[in-house]
Amino acid sequence: MSLEATVQLTLGALALDMEVGIEEGEVVALLGPNGAGKTTLLRAIAGLVPLESGHVRLDGRVLEDTASGEYIPTERRPIGVVFQDYLLFPHLSVLDNVAFGLRSRGTRPREAYDRAAQWLDRVGLRSYAKAKPGALSGGQRQRVALARALAPDPRLLLLDEPLAALDATTRAEVRRDLKHHLASFPGLRLVVTHDPLEAAALADRLVVMEHGRLVQTGTPAEVTEHPRSQYVADLVGVNLMRGQADQGSVRLANGPMVAAAGAESGDVFAVVHPRAVALYRQRPEGSPRNVWPGRITGIDLMGGRVRVRIGGELPVVAEVTQAALRELGLEEGGEVWLSFKATEVGVYPA
Amino acid sequence: MRRERVPIVVVALAAIGAAFFILPLLALVVRSPWGDAVKALTAPETIEALKLSLIASLSATAVGLVLGVPLAWVFARVAFPGRSLLRALTTLPMVLPPVVGGIALLLAFGRRGLVGSWLDSTFGITLPFTTAGVVMAETFVAMPFLIITVEAGLRSMDRRYEEAARTLGAKRWTVFTRVTLPLIGPSLFAGAVLCWARALGEFGATITFAGNFPGVTQTMPLAVYLLLETNQEASYILSLVLLLISLLFLIALRHRWLGSA
Amino acid sequence: MRSRVSLFIVAAAILAACGNSASTAATSPAPSPTPLSGAISVFAAASLTASFNALGTSFEAANRGVTVKFNYAGTPTLVTQIEQGAPADVFASADTTNMDKLTADGFTAGASLVFAHNQLEIVVAPGNPKGITGLADLAKSGLIYITEAPTVPAGKYALQALKTAGVTVTPKSLESSVTAVVSKIELGEADAGIVYTTDVTAAGNKVTGVQIPAAHNVVATYPIVVVKGTTNSAVAYAFISYVVSTTGQSALAAFGFLPAT
Repeated sequence: MSLEATVQLTLGALALDMEVGIEEGEVVALLGPNGAGKTTLLRAIAGLVPLESGHVRLDGRVLEDTASGEYIPTERRPIGVVFQDYLLFPHLSVLDNVAFGLRSRGTRPREAYDRAAQWLDRVGLRSYAKAKPGALSGGQRQRVALARALAPDPRLLLLDEPLAALDATTRAEVRRDLKHHLASFPGLRLVVTHDPLEAAALADRLVVMEHGRLVQTGTPAEVTEHPRSQYVADLVGVNLMRGQADQGSVRLANGPMVAAAGAESGDVFAVVHPRAVALYRQRPEGSPRNVWPGRITGIDLMGGRVRVRIGGELPVVAEVTQAALRELGLEEGGEVWLSFKATEVGVYPA
Repeated sequence: MRRERVPIVVVALAAIGAAFFILPLLALVVRSPWGDAVKALTAPETIEALKLSLIASLSATAVGLVLGVPLAWVFARVAFPGRSLLRALTTLPMVLPPVVGGIALLLAFGRRGLVGSWLDSTFGITLPFTTAGVVMAETFVAMPFLIITVEAGLRSMDRRYEEAARTLGAKRWTVFTRVTLPLIGPSLFAGAVLCWARALGEFGATITFAGNFPGVTQTMPLAVYLLLETNQEASYILSLVLLLISLLFLIALRHRWLGSA
Repeated sequence: MRSRVSLFIVAAAILAACGNSASTAATSPAPSPTPLSGAISVFAAASLTASFNALGTSFEAANRGVTVKFNYAGTPTLVTQIEQGAPADVFASADTTNMDKLTADGFTAGASLVFAHNQLEIVVAPGNPKGITGLADLAKSGLIYITEAPTVPAGKYALQALKTAGVTVTPKSLESSVTAVVSKIELGEADAGIVYTTDVTAAGNKVTGVQIPAAHNVVATYPIVVVKGTTNSAVAYAFISYVVSTTGQSALAAFGFLPAT
């Protein structure tokens, strides 16, 4: 019981070349910036976008295979899709919407409406059965969209940015419900999102995409602890560097040598948390071997903490307290020295 | 809240424009001999012409729907070489003088026409001077209205709803009937009404292609035209009837437009 | 009425014999010695198309500085147009009924003159493929027979002729003028129609005519008159004089019209 997809296609400026698999029991999230190709990949799996080369196999059954020319159209795939804008049919009632999938596949009206009503119960919207989607709130429509996708008991559930259209308060609550429904769904589950919080909350495994290609995959913990792309690093909020390790130091691609305690050999990533970066007005004396001058390119206040973006030979983001900011008299455009301990540098193979 | 003042020139021109439309219609209402109205309306020729007009125009609308919706669909959804040319040709009757349309129909479907001669020699079917000929003439001039309205509706609808329907297992016919058609409902209705109204008022192509005979091909506009020569008052009354019918349907259409706006 | 008409004809004929471009029918205002100039609009029955076009050309040739414009249509149509205010200077009708109506409604200046007579003839496709020999054949099954609407003089006469001959036939269409009937025969849309002998002549070898015996035939009387409110009465009267003059009469005869008397 699994989904196995290898997808190569070009759509406009996007060149998609991905492999993705989903095993039974795991919720997989496709995470990436806008334009990464996550939605396109989801649509390709759904059969809404043709493959240039590759295949899609669900539970061992071929849905599409460019090598053999096999292609099962969308309407015959046992899938359920929750779209970003929900796309509830505006001219049909909530109940008709939820029953649509059942009725399209030949279920007799009586049974279809019964099962649809049950699903409305499960999402807590039974009383809205006769209402039109336009009368519902965003959160309610999301639940109807989910019920509509699940009612025909699909084998594969695809969710495209299921929470993106909601405001912040509703989102948290709906996310909890969604996690609960995903957990109780027996089939395979794929969620597309650009929100790392959402990905971490809903998924067992993250697949990170950028520019149509795979960047890294792993559990949310693995990915956040060992980011392998600037995108993830930015999401997590750490400084990411890459270079060649050589006994205690890492030579970065653009020149600087970073002292890193765990560096041995080979192509490696090095991460430094912003909190580990110390700032000085003048070149500091003493032990830290990682010392560089820089120029402040930006200061962001985030709650009680301050993120200082520094450009220069080694561009980093440092995190200091408000007090430190005042004491050091830091301001945009100002010169500053930064340093961090070799022991604060996390190193792992690229 | 201050209301923006409309420039006086705009008001003046708009008033003249309005008067241009209102005055003839008003004149028709005022000059019609209401006393003879009942007699004119219940005369057998009138009833016949009215019945024929309604049957023919509704038939023309039906044909327009059956042939026009697929054509609109092809124009909106299918890219093929020569599409713009074909689209231009099917909208040509809208700008063509109706008599020219009638002549063209004769040359195609008349007894010596391209297709008509074959129909005559093979099946003995002649289309001029028949009610079917009336329906053809009316369809020819009226269907383009339906086509462009429905095509516009198809182009502007959100096609993602069709994708959503497919992911729910709907086959193409189900997608078309349960999703596409309802979503373009307003355009479909508007197109059908425009088509019907144009068909009802058709004169030039009808009299040229189908001829004029009470009960068979003498639709209301033809009857009014001939009555103008014999019994002017009666022609005013019938004109009023046509005007009222058109007005009723325009109102129905406006309600729809405003309702969905 | 008739004696007065004859008086005018005699007077005009004498005067025409005396000279050319005279503007002096007995009903005209003071004779003008200056040459005629300006334009007139002549509204003439459709059956006069070919003949009046020829008369117009020769009248213009004889009177440099004069332009004659023609408007041909079924006689009742012309009456309606004139009564609705169309700018006509001369009206030539295909029967006396329509002329009487126009006169009674007060749209004529002076009395009308009869300038020609006409008779009916059956018109069929060249070579008479359906082998029509007389009115009785019009009732043959499968034959498409058309005629003018009964309000058009020719249509009225056709009904009379058929009645006299004891033939019952339902036409497939009631056209608005003789020229429309001839067109449909020429196009091959209809097999037979009843028009004037002059129409058959005018159509040349595009049609064939089948004579109607005098016993069943109807003689049409063509009167002509100056329309009240004409802007160029001098030229208007001159034209009428020309039509009834020897020149005019022989021109009409060449087209198949029977003489005025």
